[in-house]
Formats: sequence, C-alpha cells, structure tokens
Amino acid sequence: MSAAWRASLQRFLITGPPLVYLLLFFGIPTLIMVLASLRLPGEFGGLAPLWETGPSGTELNLSLESYGRFFSDSLYAWLFFKSFLYALVTAVACLLLAYPLALLIARSPGKRRDLLVLLVILPFWSNFLIRVYAWMIILGPESVLTRTLNALLAGLGIAPVELLFTPFAVLVGLVYVHLPFMVLPLFANLEKHDPALLDAAQDLGARSWQRFWRVTFPLSLPGVLAGAALVFIPALGIFAIPDILGGTDSILIGNVIKQQFLDARDWPFGSVLSMVLTALAVAFAAAAAWVASRQRL
Amino acid sequence: MALLEIRGVSRRFGDFLAVDDVSLSIEAGEFFCLLGPSGSGKTTLLRMVAGFDAPDGGAILLDGRDVAGIPPEKRDVHTVFQSYALFPHMTVAQNIAFPLTMAGVGAEASRRRVEEALDGVSLGGMSGRYPSELSGGQRQRVAVARALVDRPKLLLLDEPLAALDAKLKERMQLELITLQKEVGITFVYVTHDQQEALALSHRIAVMNRGRVEQMDEPSRLYGSPRNRFVADFIGTCNLLEGEVAAHSRDALELRLDGIGTVRSSPVEGQVERLVPGVRGVLALRPEKVAISREAPLPGHNRTTGKVFDFLYLGDVTIYVVELDSGVRVEAMLPNSAPGRAKFFEAGDSVHVGWLPEAGVFLTD
Repeated sequence: MSAAWRASLQRFLITGPPLVYLLLFFGIPTLIMVLASLRLPGEFGGLAPLWETGPSGTELNLSLESYGRFFSDSLYAWLFFKSFLYALVTAVACLLLAYPLALLIARSPGKRRDLLVLLVILPFWSNFLIRVYAWMIILGPESVLTRTLNALLAGLGIAPVELLFTPFAVLVGLVYVHLPFMVLPLFANLEKHDPALLDAAQDLGARSWQRFWRVTFPLSLPGVLAGAALVFIPALGIFAIPDILGGTDSILIGNVIKQQFLDARDWPFGSVLSMVLTALAVAFAAAAAWVASRQRL
Repeated sequence: MALLEIRGVSRRFGDFLAVDDVSLSIEAGEFFCLLGPSGSGKTTLLRMVAGFDAPDGGAILLDGRDVAGIPPEKRDVHTVFQSYALFPHMTVAQNIAFPLTMAGVGAEASRRRVEEALDGVSLGGMSGRYPSELSGGQRQRVAVARALVDRPKLLLLDEPLAALDAKLKERMQLELITLQKEVGITFVYVTHDQQEALALSHRIAVMNRGRVEQMDEPSRLYGSPRNRFVADFIGTCNLLEGEVAAHSRDALELRLDGIGTVRSSPVEGQVERLVPGVRGVLALRPEKVAISREAPLPGHNRTTGKVFDFLYLGDVTIYVVELDSGVRVEAMLPNSAPGRAKFFEAGDSVHVGWLPEAGVFLTD
C-alpha cells in the first residue's frame, strides 16, 4: 500500500463520518425541500403527486407558482425583515450582556473560572421549552416582577403595562435562550489572550479603557463574530419563543413556516419560505466568514 | 542625584520573601544589570519599578520623586518584556506608534518619529509587516524601538534575549550596547545569564534569594567576588575548602583540605575576621591555574595530580585534574600554540600551580 494511498485513506476515515452525516441529514433533506418548493400542493394538503397521467400523456407537476406567491405579497418580505430585526436586536443584546461576563470568567482564577463556565452551560441540562415556559410565569400579569414594575409606574403616574405576550417578552426569551452561545465563543477567545499584552499596553501609557478598546476588543473580534453568528442565525428561524411568549403581533417567519406545514398544510409554500430563510442564513454565515477571514488573527 | 533609587525595598508573597531589603542606586545613562538565578527576586524588583507591583516596605525614587501609588501608565518608564508582547493585530509601525498615540502625539509627528525609531534599529521598510511575519531578532528590535520611541527616562529589559539562539544573542547584545550609547537612556537589564551581564553592563547587582549579594563593575565582580555565591555564579570557579593557618598584614596562609598549606593574598578589610582556624573557600578561576609537566616556577603554590578529563572548547581546553588526595581542580589553557590542539591526555601526571594573588579566600 503506497504512502499517498494510505494518507488519503486516513483522510477519508477522519472526514468521512461527518461528511456522510451531513449528506444524510442536511444535504438530502435540503434537496427534498428544494424539490417540494417546486411541487404543487395536494388537494387535501401535503404535496400533489409528482407526475400525473392525463389524456395528453404523463406530465410532471412542477411549477414556480409558490415562489410567485411569495414575491407577489410584500407581507412575507416584511415578516423576513421583522425576523431579521428581532435576530439583530437579540445578537446585539446578547453581545452587550455576554462580553462583560465572558471577560469576567476569562480573567477569573482557575477553579472559579471552571465553576462559572459550568454555571453558563447549566441551563442546557433542562429542557428548552420548560425554560421558556418559566418566563411565562416570570413575566405573567400576577408575577412579582410585573406587579413591582406596575407599582413603581403607578407611583410615577404611568398606566400599568403588560409584559407577557409582547415583543418585549419575545426578545427577553430570545436573549435568554441564546446568551450561552455568545458567552462561550467569547470566553474561548478571551481566555487565550496573552496577559503580557495588557501589561505592555499599560506600560506604554494606555489607561484601562484604552487597553480595552485598542487591545482586548480588536483581538476578540473573531469571538464576537462567532458568537454573533451562533446567536443570529438560529434566532432568525425560531418559532417556539414567539409562540409561547409573543402575542398576535409578534409572529416571526419561523411561525409562518410552521403554520404552512402544520395548519395550512401548504407544503410547497412552506418549503419556499424555508428555502428563502436558508438562503438568507447561508448569506449571513458567508458574510461573517468573509469578515473573519479579513482579520489578521 | 541618582536617576533611580531603590531604598530598602521588600516584597513578600505569603511566606516567601521575594525581595528582601534591597537598596540600589542607578545613575542616569547607566547600563545596569540585575543578575541572578530564577527566583532571586530580580523580576519582582523590575515589576515594582515599572509599577505592576508595589513594595511592602521601602521606597522607589525616580528622579528624586517617590513613585508609590503612580500606576505604570503614568510612569516615565517603559519595559521590554521577555515575550516582547507585540500587539499581533497591529503592524510594526502601529506597534511603535502606540506610546505616541497614547500620549496624544499628532499623526504627522508620530509618523516621523516611528520612521526614526525604525531606522534606529535597522528595520526601515518593515513598517507594514505584522509581528507574525517577523523573525525573533526583528521582533526583539520592534519591542525595543516601541519602548524607546517616546524617550522614557528609564528602560527596563526583562530577559529580552532569552528566546534567541546563541549567535543572534551575541549580535543583539552588541546592538543593545550601541543603541544604549546612542540614545543615552538608562537601561536596567534583568538576566540570569552571567556572560550576558558581564558583556553588557557598566555595573551589575548579583541577586540571590531576594538580596543583593554584590554590586560592582563586571571586572571587579569577576576578579574579586565577595562571597561563595558570587564566585560560583559568575563564570566558573574552583572552590577549594580550607581554613586560615596564619594571617598577618601582608601574608595569608591557608590550609586547604587535601592540598596542604598554600599562600594567598589578604583581602582588604578582612584582617580582623581571618584569624587562624576560620573556615572558608579559596575561589580560584580555572584560567589562573597552570598545569605543566615540569615543576612550576618558584613563588607558585604547587601540588601534583593526574589529568582526569578534559573539555576541548576550540579556543581553550578545560582540564580537570584529580589531585592525589582526590580533590579536583579545573585548569583552563588557551589553545594558541600552533599545530597543537591539546597538551595533555587523560591519565597524564601533571604539576598544578597558581600564584598567591590568583585566588580569593571567602568565608561566606
């Protein structure tokens, strides 16, 4: 067995399993969705048969009809834009909350650092839906939080507010669920920083905020980008959080896709929306990767 | 007035006394070395001068002003770190401009001074490179240029050549000496490499266990070590155990274990301490020990032995001679005679001799 052949076998054995996995559970389903987006809806929901044999012979039931419907109604573009805004606000809020936390963890001494990292990933040990339902209680009209807030507002002469089933509640849920995905890549990046760089900056005359903006932050940009991508992209298509915490006005594109498949049973149109969402997510991921590749780190 | 004055400075980490009542006075324009093994407190002392650490006792005065409570960014002192600590996301020019930017120097003036600094360390044309694209020696030069660009009063260097190979190290040492002369800024240089300290400095403070063992010019440190530690740490040294046999104003007679009675020269100020019976070591440099087949000239202390082993180093050969009593003495002979690489083989019987003034008797 030649060395070159053995090297390529080794490479295949290492990269093969994940490749097969991606092909089976990402590549093929995506192709199915592409095909579904070009098919016609069935009479009783689902998909119409792929081909039909009529008097004029056998014909394929493929059309761009569902894409036409998507582009003829600005409602869907608006929904995408709204989802984009929610995801953006979520990513920015996560960044602002996660950065100080990640910095604190990265600069903590060994044992405490391990404990803090454990606390960040601890919520993953309980079910996602249970954690979101918990926010229904926290934000509910009879909750301590809401009552305290309204008592304070009453003192200022402002009418009471509702927290649950509002865009605010959706954003709280989005930020809460995605925060660890921002903290962890940031921490992984900040932990690797050479403390001598901060000493050098200080030695050369930089005050604390100058040390942050000129050394720590620029060096952490790959972590910021990774975190932003890990928060933004899933937040773009999420439906469970608006379903549970949002009102009728907080519907996002994820909810519409779910409705198309489960309620309206218009699979081709649901597939069209999915394809557009996937294309957008890929575009954002590619943009993030491109920006990261321009970094010199 | 001294530029940097360290007065009775101590620093304790838990039970460990890292710096123990150190007093030093460093003049403007001096190239000063803190030399010592790792853990001797030299880096701790340097960090206190830079402002990254504060003494538990004593005072540090820069230009006559106590610097206690002044943070590093406000001290007119820069440091060249062992790892260089160049900012990886900035170009060479941006790295060097950093202290100027922090001081609010305008873009035009800053660019000019960065150019000058780059030329000063022979790195012209490298301004657009990133640190990852530089060699070790080039990084070291950028670190020095960055620390000197805004002309601090004092430059601290923390083992800046430790990561370089021997050849490059020697070249960088010469460059540092030249640069220091040119800029006239006081250098305080920390190293554990005694050769480096001897080569670079005007004065050296030898540190051990948080204390200064001896502070002197390189040649005096080498020639007249004050105690056993300094004699052993600076260069190589034969340390022959023994005791004082007799001592008068101008003659010192020693009884060395396994060698016998030898004559030595008394050291100033030790007349009272060196009474007969006091034990100590005779510190004798290998290059001051002569070995020969014939008996040495009169006036030499003499003994005999066999060549046990030798180390051929090119320019010199170090012979280890085992005396009849089993005590070993090292002798260094230059290999300057044409056509002869070495004079003795292992097992040869030889005479060993040295002049009375060649060694120093040390009692501690």
